[in-house]
Amino acid sequence: MGDILSKYDILGAFWVTIQLSVLSAIGALIIGTVVAILRVSPVRILRLIGTSYVNVFRNTPLTLLMVFSILGLSFILGLNLSQDLSRNAYLWAVVVLSVYHAAFVCEALRSGVNTVSTGQAEAARALGLTFAQSMREVLLPQAFRGAIAPLGSTLIALVKNTTVAAVILGTKESAGLLAQITENEGASLPTFFIFALGFVILTLPIGLLFTHLSQRLAVKR
Amino acid sequence: MSSQIVLFDAPGPKARRRHTILTVVGLLLAVGILWVVIRKMAEANQLEGYMWSPFVTDPDVWTQYLLPGLWGTLKAAALSVVFAGIFGILFGMARLSSNRWITVPAGVVVEFFRSVPVLLMMVFFYFGYFATSNLVSADTAPLAAVVLALTLYNGSVIAELVRSGVFGLPKGQSEAGLSIGLTPGQVLRSIQLPQALTAMLPALVGQLVVVLKDSALGYVITYPELLNAAKTLGSAYANTVPAYLVAAVIFIVINYLLTRLAATVERRLKRRGGARRTAVVPGVTETEAGPGLPGTVSSRDV
Repeated sequence: MGDILSKYDILGAFWVTIQLSVLSAIGALIIGTVVAILRVSPVRILRLIGTSYVNVFRNTPLTLLMVFSILGLSFILGLNLSQDLSRNAYLWAVVVLSVYHAAFVCEALRSGVNTVSTGQAEAARALGLTFAQSMREVLLPQAFRGAIAPLGSTLIALVKNTTVAAVILGTKESAGLLAQITENEGASLPTFFIFALGFVILTLPIGLLFTHLSQRLAVKR
Repeated sequence: MSSQIVLFDAPGPKARRRHTILTVVGLLLAVGILWVVIRKMAEANQLEGYMWSPFVTDPDVWTQYLLPGLWGTLKAAALSVVFAGIFGILFGMARLSSNRWITVPAGVVVEFFRSVPVLLMMVFFYFGYFATSNLVSADTAPLAAVVLALTLYNGSVIAELVRSGVFGLPKGQSEAGLSIGLTPGQVLRSIQLPQALTAMLPALVGQLVVVLKDSALGYVITYPELLNAAKTLGSAYANTVPAYLVAAVIFIVINYLLTRLAATVERRLKRRGGARRTAVVPGVTETEAGPGLPGTVSSRDV
């Protein structure tokens, strides 16, 4: 057990997991917000673009996107994000994770918008608030609160899904490293539990934080 | 478009003009994206006829590669769903038991498998046990690892769905059952569970999409599913990009249809109305995100 820990860079692999999670979470939030705005916009063609984005990326396996980014986009179409091979794979992993989870972020935000009842918007208009005012003061605060819980679930799923990057990052990523250790040293339950524990440590605080937030900020109805 | 009604008033003349401008912008955006994609593919010679013609002219593409791959994907997904259903109902019932010696261990198991990434379990089972020991034949080793990992993860999610489905029922149901002299176990089995399962139906169909997508993880442990088939097809015909795109389209079509089916089932159940409600958990209404948050159960995972 001890020499497995000293022989393999488990902490390094988890550092990659954390980096991928943070960078992709930021990317997914930005792209997801844009797509969500498109999806709830009053213009038909923009809604169509948003809906197509969500339907395409939500229904494609993440593994396929990962493999395609390197074997297809990078090797054949020549879309390299960096000259350095491993850096290129790393950046593509971030892009793919962001693009994929953006579809779920969009749906989380939209479900938040859907929790706001029509009466709220009507009341805001009846008070004479302008569009911008009713958005800023009445609708968006409520929509955002409704979106907290699903956003938390998406974030947790993102942290777990960073393991799929092992497809292109290999042993630098935790799932790839676990595969290598298990192949070389044979099945060792303690090693598996260390990896599993790593993910529990990463996801548990997120879960607790978002449950706490969604309860504290819940819209009283 | 309920969200649209909430956010926007009926457009006046000014807003209509703005919408027209945005429509033009949107069209330009869509055309622009398409144009960039097509130009990039043309530059890399990916739009040549010989790249795409095998899909129409050569039946081997389908009979030797894509259809067996699709069969592998569907087989793994179907087996996993059946086992996950059994696992989920058993552990969901265990978590609802009144005996703490049953609820606590069941809770630990469910929470553990829900928080460990599927891929970690898959590679561990495959490289650690199935590939190296004689538990199963070498041919079925990847399938076994895929099905076991998917069963444990999705079974835990379904267990949570069962629990939330039962919690979502009106309290009068169990009270009525107890008052006519049924034991708590009988109430759970013959009154609460049947109703909870009906309410869970849309979420269960949604979970099918997750299983189908996650079966593509079998690619890592060389399970011959659709993604793997697309890879070998791509190298055999030297058309990697078209092969992956076709595989992606197959995945998208199947999953999209399943999502629509889930929505239809949900609408039907809602129309039946009354005391029967679909399994909705506080805080997560129209959930499309993943489970993982304690206390929330959703119909779609990421």
